[in-house]
Amino acid sequence: MKIPEPASATSILVSAVDEGRTRAKQEARAQRRERMALLLRKPSFLIGSTISLFWLVCAVFGTVIAPQDPFVQNPVDKLQEPSWKHWFGTDNLGRDVFSRVIVGARLIVIVALGATIIAAILGTILGLVAGYYKGMVDEVIMRTADVFMAIPTIVLALLITSSVNSKSMFIVMFIIALVFTPVIARTVRASALGETELDYVAAARLRTEKTPHIQFKEVLPNILPSLLVEFTVRLGYAIFAIATLSFLGAGASPESPDWGTQVATHRNFLNGLNWSATVFPALAIATLSIGVNLLQDAVTEAFDR
Amino acid sequence: MNSPSPSQTPTLEFDRVEVAYTVRGIDRPVLREVSFSVQPGEAYGLVGESGCGKSTAAYAALRYLPRNGKITGGQIRFEGQNLVDMSAEQVRKLRSSAMSMVYQSPVAALNPSLRVGGQVAEVFTIGGASKADAMSKAAEALRLVQIADVGKVMDRYPHELSGGMAQRVVIAMALANHPRLLILDEPTTGLDATVEAEVLDLVRTLRAETGTSVLFISHNLGVIRSMCDRVGVLYAGQLVEEGETTQLLGDPHHPYTVGLLRCIPRAGLRKDLHRLDTIPGTLPPLGTMLKGCVYVDRCPLATDQCASEKPPIVELANGQRARCFHTDLAPTIPRNTETTAIVIEQRLSPAEERSIIKLNGLSKTFGKDDATVRVLSDIAFQLKAGETLGLVGESGSGKTTLAKVLLGLTDPDGGSVVELDGKALGATLGQRSAKDVGAVQIVFQNPDSALNRRHAVRRIVSRAVTKLGGTTKEKGLERADQLLTDMRVDARLHAAKPVMLSGGLKQRVAIARAFAGSPRLVVCDEPTSALDVSVQAAILNLLVDLQRTENVSYLFISHDLGVVRYLSDRIAVLYLGRIMELGPADKVFHGPHHPYTEALVSSLPSIDGEATNRVRLEGEVPSVANPPSGCVLHTRCPRRQGSGVEGLCDTVEPDLVEVEPGHLMRCHISIDQLRRMQSAVAEPAAV
Repeated sequence: MKIPEPASATSILVSAVDEGRTRAKQEARAQRRERMALLLRKPSFLIGSTISLFWLVCAVFGTVIAPQDPFVQNPVDKLQEPSWKHWFGTDNLGRDVFSRVIVGARLIVIVALGATIIAAILGTILGLVAGYYKGMVDEVIMRTADVFMAIPTIVLALLITSSVNSKSMFIVMFIIALVFTPVIARTVRASALGETELDYVAAARLRTEKTPHIQFKEVLPNILPSLLVEFTVRLGYAIFAIATLSFLGAGASPESPDWGTQVATHRNFLNGLNWSATVFPALAIATLSIGVNLLQDAVTEAFDR
Repeated sequence: MNSPSPSQTPTLEFDRVEVAYTVRGIDRPVLREVSFSVQPGEAYGLVGESGCGKSTAAYAALRYLPRNGKITGGQIRFEGQNLVDMSAEQVRKLRSSAMSMVYQSPVAALNPSLRVGGQVAEVFTIGGASKADAMSKAAEALRLVQIADVGKVMDRYPHELSGGMAQRVVIAMALANHPRLLILDEPTTGLDATVEAEVLDLVRTLRAETGTSVLFISHNLGVIRSMCDRVGVLYAGQLVEEGETTQLLGDPHHPYTVGLLRCIPRAGLRKDLHRLDTIPGTLPPLGTMLKGCVYVDRCPLATDQCASEKPPIVELANGQRARCFHTDLAPTIPRNTETTAIVIEQRLSPAEERSIIKLNGLSKTFGKDDATVRVLSDIAFQLKAGETLGLVGESGSGKTTLAKVLLGLTDPDGGSVVELDGKALGATLGQRSAKDVGAVQIVFQNPDSALNRRHAVRRIVSRAVTKLGGTTKEKGLERADQLLTDMRVDARLHAAKPVMLSGGLKQRVAIARAFAGSPRLVVCDEPTSALDVSVQAAILNLLVDLQRTENVSYLFISHDLGVVRYLSDRIAVLYLGRIMELGPADKVFHGPHHPYTEALVSSLPSIDGEATNRVRLEGEVPSVANPPSGCVLHTRCPRRQGSGVEGLCDTVEPDLVEVEPGHLMRCHISIDQLRRMQSAVAEPAAV
């Protein structure tokens, strides 16, 4: 066999590498497609994603979709049963419940996603640091986390909101993030502990890689699947926690179209006066929560084998 | 295939057995027309590389295939009865009364939550014995496998046993029902050489006592040679050759067997004189439909006929048979030593060689205050440029810790000296410059763990180039592609993730990474123990080539003494964190050597002939946390008795002294006395 010229050898090498890269990308795409196809075959994924998507659309375009202004009061028409004019009836101030439920989605979706994302970021950092350094660092982080996890979420949240003494969904968001951070940190730590035992971490240290690079560029990609699963689980819990808190009066102001607040305000009318103003926001909470949980089930099965 | 002695009913007979696994709804053949028989009292070996169907054959013999596996053709007869037609209940009865299996991983085969005694007794209670009766029978079974302190062992949990002890327990359980067929699936893989030798001795003794037929499955030809009367060679689910063990290994007639035997680094081969043969190509993927011969893609003798027609079974002398059109040509296949793309330069002349690595008084203690464990004790050696120091020793001897200290992953105790090119090397990575970090690198044992599965292989290598060489990202990628190509990793695979690569290719990537920073010393930590023999040969060749071109030194850690012997210029023998012997490879191997080395070397199963008289080590490796007084070996030393210096051995630790030029030993017995003692044993075997 003849040895090719050096220049052409390099170009052959480059083109072969490119060819390989294209093929690797195709394979990665095929793998993603296969995983997607696997998900699409699961009824839990189909139902869960449909419900979640519906509420997501409401959250984004709620003010456009809503047939009536959710804030306009009409005391004459208060506490009406569902009708063609008011699909879900009206509330105690004569506001259109259907519009309020649609518009209310934005609040809960933003707060739930926001809280879970913040918790995921903080939890990942803490978990990676604890799992990588081990020893004292690990002890301090995880024992502090234990303290937070020992107190029931709702009790802690009520404690903080009442002491802050101002009603704001932002505070609810940060409280839930705070409560979920140790839980996510624990999951990430467990995965990171196993990963740092592997030789590729030693190999990275043996090319003078800085610790943050090892934690976030080497270890983190390998624990993303379990992080994704944990994220969807927490998202489900967050929705429920937010609804509970606002039901207990810790979050939104009374005039806001928040679901939990609506249920809390109108449950007094359930004794024969009006059912729809309570039931429909409650159904909204239930469906969103079920939808996210179904989605979480499918994701767990697809990623956490 | 008819059995060679038709007067007897074979204990186990495979008659054109076909097994398939159903994967995604498609049947994929795993065993193809496998026929062989195990005669009463005979030990039959099945040998082959990973993925060839060895374990499937074992499980099929017990009709214990995985859920998606099924026997699609042929008969499996146990003492004449066809297992394939039997009801599940009949097979279960047979398994509980007449055949047994010993699995590869003894610790995984034992229930971790049951004490050993109760676990062994269970075998008897199932057979209908009362509890007390079963316990006494269990003790008896454990005594049979030569466990000294039966009472103590029975009270322990499996995790408290050493690997060798656990395997003894598993064998005791397998023999408890006096089986007429014992199947051993890689029973010594993962055990230390000395422990392996003990377990094999035990199986041999038990076989002589009980007359059990044995089906022995292994990838190790040396082990098969020392254990089996006859052997069958499996390739891609087909039995390509079988025959009497010594005859088949001495005079193979199938091209695959010929190639396989040539891949092994045998006694007498050395890296500077002999290149190892390799088998190009890879095993056809599981369940490939093949029209012709299974080996056609890799066979140097392949013709058009081989690709289109199934070769017949050719009967050779003495019951040896091979499935090949070209059995007459196979022994004359030209050697395949895989020419390299790397230009081989002249080695530096000895005058220019100076020590690049120097260790002195190196110790490592774990723990603090009174709970300390000294895993390395006063290690001292030097390494010249381009030299390989083999490091051998049983697990727990401190090999890996020594590697970690050299690499800077663990810091040694104060006072330890580690020098590179005459300058002290930082104790930890943080104290070393990028150049120094690149100068001391490692090839890990398991490439799956050593390569980040989320990164493309060229990124893994290029990152090492840029970080260690301080170059730009583009230059790093360019160099990475070049390095990978030099390691014979196809350019089309450079952008792939490690999952897409075979074990051998992954190890090549790991080697490319180790060489990214122009290393002076590369620690090779069992780099081929996870690979098949034919792949191992190619990796060893690559390491030798790289040493020649780069003038790099190796610290080669391995439990495979054959590989160490092939690759090493000098060998250091480690026991309980101490260097017991250090010297030129052939001196260490051929003696006079340290009594511990003697035992290690004599435990090496050879494919070229019967092992010499075994020198045994008594008992188990003592704990490093509590090493014996005096010479740390004195509790197990095969030469202490009758040496005349027993008192000294028990009380005073010997120093590592130069007994002849360049040959150091830590022993109270003088070298002349050792020479006399060891030649007295070696002589009868040499005849």
